[in-house]
Amino acid sequence: MKIEILGSGCAKCNKLKELVEKVANENGINAEITKVEDINKILDYGVMITPGLVVDGDVKIAGKIPSEDKVKEWLTQ
Amino acid sequence: MSPDYLLYLMNAGVQSVQNYLALHVLLCLIPAFFLAGAIASLFSKESVLKFFGADANAYVSYTVAAVSGCLLAVCSCTVLPLFAGIYKRGAGIGPASTFLFSAPAINVLAIVYTAKILGYDLGAARAVIAILLSLVVGISMAFIFERKQQEAKKGIKTFGDDEHKKSAYLFILLLAILITPEIISNGRYLGVIMIVLILITAHFSNKWFTKEELKEWMGETWFLVKQITPLLFIGVFFAGIIVEILPKEYVVEFVGGNALSSNFIAAISAALMYFSTLTEVPIISALTILGMGKGPSLAMLLAGPALSLPNMIVIGRIIGAKKASVYISLIVIISTISGFAYGMYII
Repeated sequence: MKIEILGSGCAKCNKLKELVEKVANENGINAEITKVEDINKILDYGVMITPGLVVDGDVKIAGKIPSEDKVKEWLTQ
Repeated sequence: MSPDYLLYLMNAGVQSVQNYLALHVLLCLIPAFFLAGAIASLFSKESVLKFFGADANAYVSYTVAAVSGCLLAVCSCTVLPLFAGIYKRGAGIGPASTFLFSAPAINVLAIVYTAKILGYDLGAARAVIAILLSLVVGISMAFIFERKQQEAKKGIKTFGDDEHKKSAYLFILLLAILITPEIISNGRYLGVIMIVLILITAHFSNKWFTKEELKEWMGETWFLVKQITPLLFIGVFFAGIIVEILPKEYVVEFVGGNALSSNFIAAISAALMYFSTLTEVPIISALTILGMGKGPSLAMLLAGPALSLPNMIVIGRIIGAKKASVYISLIVIISTISGFAYGMYII
């Protein structure tokens, strides 16, 4: 599974990354988590409000930090 | 530098923190923080983004770009991605530049703090002029760089389209709390009315929003406080020191009065400086104490938050060096002229 965190180093983007890493660890999900910081690449996903979460190329959320349950749902699908 | 002098400077910095962050100032910032937090968490930004789409009506996208800064970008770090998005994915260089210029100037916190510290005339002038001028900047950019019909890719991703009515009511209640202390001067009435207003707001917030949403709102508010206040403290501290070490004569010579050159120097130096959210206010206030004119103050308020060396670089990377330099020159020229005009009008 490929997970990308979109965000140019803002505080919330880091928080989202921590959250995703935590959920992945707790559920034993083998995921490659990367942070996308380049504005142009973020825009390629059509995301303008960071942070954004992309799972396997699919934008799940943009503009806010999702709840832990939501992240779990997306990662375990 | 002798230790005594150093100690004296430290003292000046601390004094300044006490003045600028006095109780009455903090009291007016608290509701503003709650309002900003509510905007960031409860307001679904996607509903505004659709006005920036590639196929949106030009009049609509310019207008929305000019005023939506207060709803979309509470923190300056969100402005650049939105700018890039509007430029590349949506309505193009015109509305994008309009947004880039107006957004940092019209966020709720900035306006409240400017009004409180520098006076209501400058606070209001800042907001109104920023909105009007952002339109001038945007339209000029669009005019100069007549869009070479670039294909807008895929468009803008949006999520959900929530009910907005309740958030609108909440914003009105919070605004009332924000403004009431300014209108009513009688202490006893004020206390009673404030308590009633706060109780009403608390009651309806509980009724209108889910626990989850409330938690998010509080989280967002706290996040903003944590993010903005430490830097504000540092800014205020140094503003106090600036007053001590910067010779008055220089300030008066370069940015005193209301000469066109004073306004120009104010605009261009503010454009190069980096101000974190709200710190522009104490710094400009410090310079005013040293003799900077009202016109140059406004020029600084307009050019300062909109531009800084680091964000010039990012802007350049997004729209290219040529467009960026035209944008930067436009901001400096327009800030100079409006500072000059405002100074004339005041005198």
